[in-house]
Amino acid sequence: MKLVIKDGIVIDGERFNEKADILIENGKIKGIEKRISLNDAISIDAKGKHVFPGFIDMHTHLRQPGFEEKETIKTGTHAAVAGGYTTVACMPNTNPVIDNEIVVEYIKSIAEKEGYCKVIPIGAMTKGMLGEEISEMAKLKDVGIVALSDDGFPIMNSGLMKRIMTYGNMYGLLMITHCEDKMLSGEGVMNNGIISTKIGLRGIPHEAEEVMLARNIILAKSTGAKLHVAHVSTKDSVELIRRAKADGVDITAEVTPHNLCLTEDMVDGFDTNTKAYPPLRTKEDVDALIEGLKDGTIDVIATDHAPHTKDDKKVPYEIAAFGISGIEIAFSVVYTYLVKNGLIAIDDLVKRMSIVPSKLLKLTHGFKIGNDADMTIVDLGKEYTVDVDNFKSKGKNSPFNGQKLYGVVEYTIVNGEIKFKNDGNYRVSNV
Amino acid sequence: MIGKDVLGIREMSKEDLLEILDTAGEMKKILVGNKDSDILRGKTVVTIFFEPSTRTRLSFEMAAKYLGAHFGNIETKTSSVVKGESLIDTVRTIEKMKADVIVVRHNMSGAPHLMAKYLDASVINAGDGLNEHPTQALLDLMTIREKKGFFDGLKVVIVGDIVHSRVARSNIWGLQKLGAEVRLVGPATLLPKTFEKLGAKVYYDIDKAVDGVDVVMGLRIQLERQKNGLFPSKDEFSKYFGITEERMGLAKKDAILMHPGPINRNVELTSKAANATYSVIEEQVTNGVAVRMALLKILCERRKSNEISY
Repeated sequence: MKLVIKDGIVIDGERFNEKADILIENGKIKGIEKRISLNDAISIDAKGKHVFPGFIDMHTHLRQPGFEEKETIKTGTHAAVAGGYTTVACMPNTNPVIDNEIVVEYIKSIAEKEGYCKVIPIGAMTKGMLGEEISEMAKLKDVGIVALSDDGFPIMNSGLMKRIMTYGNMYGLLMITHCEDKMLSGEGVMNNGIISTKIGLRGIPHEAEEVMLARNIILAKSTGAKLHVAHVSTKDSVELIRRAKADGVDITAEVTPHNLCLTEDMVDGFDTNTKAYPPLRTKEDVDALIEGLKDGTIDVIATDHAPHTKDDKKVPYEIAAFGISGIEIAFSVVYTYLVKNGLIAIDDLVKRMSIVPSKLLKLTHGFKIGNDADMTIVDLGKEYTVDVDNFKSKGKNSPFNGQKLYGVVEYTIVNGEIKFKNDGNYRVSNV
Repeated sequence: MIGKDVLGIREMSKEDLLEILDTAGEMKKILVGNKDSDILRGKTVVTIFFEPSTRTRLSFEMAAKYLGAHFGNIETKTSSVVKGESLIDTVRTIEKMKADVIVVRHNMSGAPHLMAKYLDASVINAGDGLNEHPTQALLDLMTIREKKGFFDGLKVVIVGDIVHSRVARSNIWGLQKLGAEVRLVGPATLLPKTFEKLGAKVYYDIDKAVDGVDVVMGLRIQLERQKNGLFPSKDEFSKYFGITEERMGLAKKDAILMHPGPINRNVELTSKAANATYSVIEEQVTNGVAVRMALLKILCERRKSNEISY
């Protein structure tokens, strides 16, 4: 099958920023030229639209196996393609945990049968994510794991963390770390600051993230491990990462759209859809995160897509589940808040949502002849209002509900196949 | 204007506060008179307490009954909410029994706000987590007004475990709206500097904090905070942050002493101070009933005249 994408503005954040046609044949990119005319190809008119390499999310929760009421591989990947993603890396906090080859194979096989996009499982650092014994990392690598994480269960034991880094580094595995000192975060449910003081919710101090991040930097330096910091949220964390990079530590970092665009002010009123870990921080933190993104201290924008049921959130704030369902609107959130406001360039956004994560996950990706045809066509001029009831994800938990955003994903193409098409009625079409 | 619910002092205007205090003054006449009124005849008030509190619950019960309302009470444990019966399901059941006003106490901040969102009945917050205790603050304000006659420029110091106190938060909002100066004092582990951003003055030396004030308000300290390492011992707390007769001597001559009760005697207050003539602690309890009568009256009248939609 041949497919030509015509007249789009092709941007990959690296080599391309121009109007071009793209020819796709047998699932691969066959040509990128000023003009491609073929009689025997299906063509997509992308005039006035942008064509990006498909987005890659390094931090998704697909919830299957074990928590299918919150999300499944099918619904999660459907949501992903609706957001323009062609690959997602899913976190191991499933039940059972992704700590053995069988669960990895299970997820891969379901994704192949029912998934809309490519799925890369992330292995657990410790067996059962219990923070006690290191997982069988080599076996996990053999079945395709490229990164390890105990997700929201930080390794509190520094000796164990050093062993994880030392052992995992033999196999070049990326260490994705949720930096939180549980003793400091305590029973906190939101950022510790003026709003928590006002409304009487227990606060999570920024030091809870920074103390653990500093420890992990020190251990990465001594072991030589590849450290990837999940969802950075504070000003001082950005500075710690900046210094570690200058110091030669093999460190990368990601930030979520909600931590980049929202502040703790949104928690006033007890909307449980604002409850996430790390929590929404202050304007000062948000400014520092944007600065970090601009100067390359923060490498990646990852969603931390965390779908929950309505019942998980229809409770008092203190006992509501942590997490935001965000994969479907991640691009337009960052585009609207940052690119449209002139804070970062569109090239940079594409780079941080597509090219850089592909490198960290060791994927062949981007607009090169012969690569898999994974791409996204977006209409940046089109506006829409977020309606969680239209989410493909089972998780309707979004603090952006009702907000107007720019940048509608028109097509998502995976391996040359159209996996999502917007038919003009925002996100109602199934392909 | 006061809406369907009474969730916190922070949302109220100065006019709202004064309207409630004026109505509470009228209600006090009924309370100290024959305690017999039919203002709430045909109305149903239900208290639902997810956290034990005999005093506040009884105060609401008395207020409802003195005004002729039907009254019901449920005491439950928060764990049942966690186990499956959701908070919203629980209160909806009560509403379906035709309650007009549901008074709720919950150990989690924002729980009454969540209920109010899903209920047609009026919700009164009788204390939520660390957030607010509006009826306590209103009775404190009523007592201060009775004793001092004004709020403008009045200096009030609140002493003790501020960070965990919903009483302190509600009083900070209320006193400032009415023009008083609020000082806060307590150990730094129980009084973060961020409270300055709420417009209050923060002190760590009680003698300086009490100096020249019109009102000294003690707070109940939870002794388990000591086990959590927030202060070293109750002896050290009482020595450095306890309200004593000597310390009351640093306040204005006509200063009054308040406490929401129940008191940990000789921890937050010495017995001598609590029993002294400047102590208005018992009057606070009486005013608590008057304030609750006032809120029930205002909410039920609003409901009757359809000033609120539900």
